[in-house]
Amino acid sequence: MASGRNATVLRSIAVVYVALLVFVPLVVVTSETLGAGWSVFWSAVSNEQAVTAFRLTIETAAAAVAVNAVFGTGVALLLTRSRFPGRRLLSALVDLPISVSPIVAGLALILVYGPVDGWLGPYLHGAGIDIIFALPGMVLATAFVSLPLLLREVVPVLAEEGVDQEQAARVLGANGWQRFVRITVPTIRPALLYGIVLTLARSIGEFGAIRVVSGNVSGAGQTQTVPLLAVERLERFQPGAYQLAFILMITSMLTILVVFFRRESLAGA
Amino acid sequence: MSIEAAGITKRFGNFVALNGVDLSVADGRLTALLGPSGGGKSTLLRIIGGLDQPDAGTVHINGRDTTALPAQHRNVGFVFQHYAAFKHLSVYRNVAFGLEIRKRPKDEIRRRVSELLELVHLEQFADRLPGQLSGGQRQRMALARALAVEPSVLLLDEPFGALDAQVRKELRSWLRRLHDDMHVTTVFVTHDQEEALEVADEIVVINHGRVEQVGSPADVYDRPANDFVMTFLGPVTQLCGRLVRPHDLEVFTSDTADAVPATVSRLQRVGFEVRAEMIAGDEQPWAQLTRGQAEALGLQPGSKVWLRALE
Repeated sequence: MASGRNATVLRSIAVVYVALLVFVPLVVVTSETLGAGWSVFWSAVSNEQAVTAFRLTIETAAAAVAVNAVFGTGVALLLTRSRFPGRRLLSALVDLPISVSPIVAGLALILVYGPVDGWLGPYLHGAGIDIIFALPGMVLATAFVSLPLLLREVVPVLAEEGVDQEQAARVLGANGWQRFVRITVPTIRPALLYGIVLTLARSIGEFGAIRVVSGNVSGAGQTQTVPLLAVERLERFQPGAYQLAFILMITSMLTILVVFFRRESLAGA
Repeated sequence: MSIEAAGITKRFGNFVALNGVDLSVADGRLTALLGPSGGGKSTLLRIIGGLDQPDAGTVHINGRDTTALPAQHRNVGFVFQHYAAFKHLSVYRNVAFGLEIRKRPKDEIRRRVSELLELVHLEQFADRLPGQLSGGQRQRMALARALAVEPSVLLLDEPFGALDAQVRKELRSWLRRLHDDMHVTTVFVTHDQEEALEVADEIVVINHGRVEQVGSPADVYDRPANDFVMTFLGPVTQLCGRLVRPHDLEVFTSDTADAVPATVSRLQRVGFEVRAEMIAGDEQPWAQLTRGQAEALGLQPGSKVWLRALE
């Protein structure tokens, strides 16, 4: 049958495409990592610079996820539950981080918070608060680039569910906070969880924006995260780049898998 | 009076949803707000419940001015057309919601919820999620949830509108019996005149943001205040420039006092009734007859008849 043959061809193209794009690089990184042996792997991930990079990556990602979970939910509620002038503009703006290069986002942060000639930076620096070349700036940059991931999960759910349940709760006597905790949060919980995991995976791997705002400092006052360190090692032909890449890859895959199976089991229930 | 709404006006942009509407609902009555879609009846109900704010006018519930009172403090029961079930909570927890918010003791909640689930015949579904219920069951759950807090008034917004015809009819008569047992002052919105005529003690006909007529079902049906109410409440046909109900047309086979001559153009049988379409001058009235009547008159297409409207 002609249509059967067409389907086979299409399926083959899809499989080859995904294999070249995703599977081959995964295999290469894995074989490079494992082929170098256990002792190389251990020294690549356990030296002081690497341990600090892991700590910074975890701190940055965790803080960015926390910031986006709170403010992302707030923005999602604002976009779906209230009518105000500029709502459509805001709705378009929150997608900006997807289309704008992370480098631009990082440069914009430097323009505002740069300690020497930023808008607010010098005052904050005078007050002893450093944003750029420090953890706060890295968190801001990461939160900025990953914000749309959470919004894109939560906004459609809020829009589809509408306000019926919240109004019903209101008539039954629930105040704003009770409605949020008892109705809104359970309604968006699966979408919020998925958004958080995507944000986490994106934050762990963030390179461009963090590269700009962190200054890529190593040694004392290190601001270098795992992706930055991996690239540095690669550029300087130092060993240990693939080992770091392998860990980043496995972490992201595990987070996505956990959510995938959670979703499956929820859908099955 | 349980509910007194006076001079209620509500605009959405340039659209006037309600234009100085007054409404009084007596204690323990079952009142229908009846009218076409977009006529303002749902908006009026939502204003009584506190879900919308009027631009002008006042609402009193049991003598208390509630115009500025937030919905969560009005102690009304509200049932929505699309159930508004709390999807993540079991049927039991849905019904218990208002009581939990009011921090009632656990065993009181358990007793009250069981009573209500029994009342709405859902006692064996207590642990189900709303998604596992049929539409009719969900709406009974929503009703139990609204009644759980012993509301001062019960407001139902097109409660049966999303259900199919059979279930709608069952729930209608069930609501009527329920109301006869509980006597909670109830207002329900519907665009279905049959539903209003069957269930309500009193009907308020609303159109274009105004009250067209208030009265008992018999009143508004038999003595409509104007052509709109007449047309909206049942079938109409025209004879000598006047609107009449087709079942109020007398058909004679010989000339009779005050009757006008006509010719039968078509006979159509619909179940137990016969629709006789006729031509009388430049009018085309039709009469609703029983099969027996049509046979006794020996009506055929082309038959010469005389028509008179029953007074």
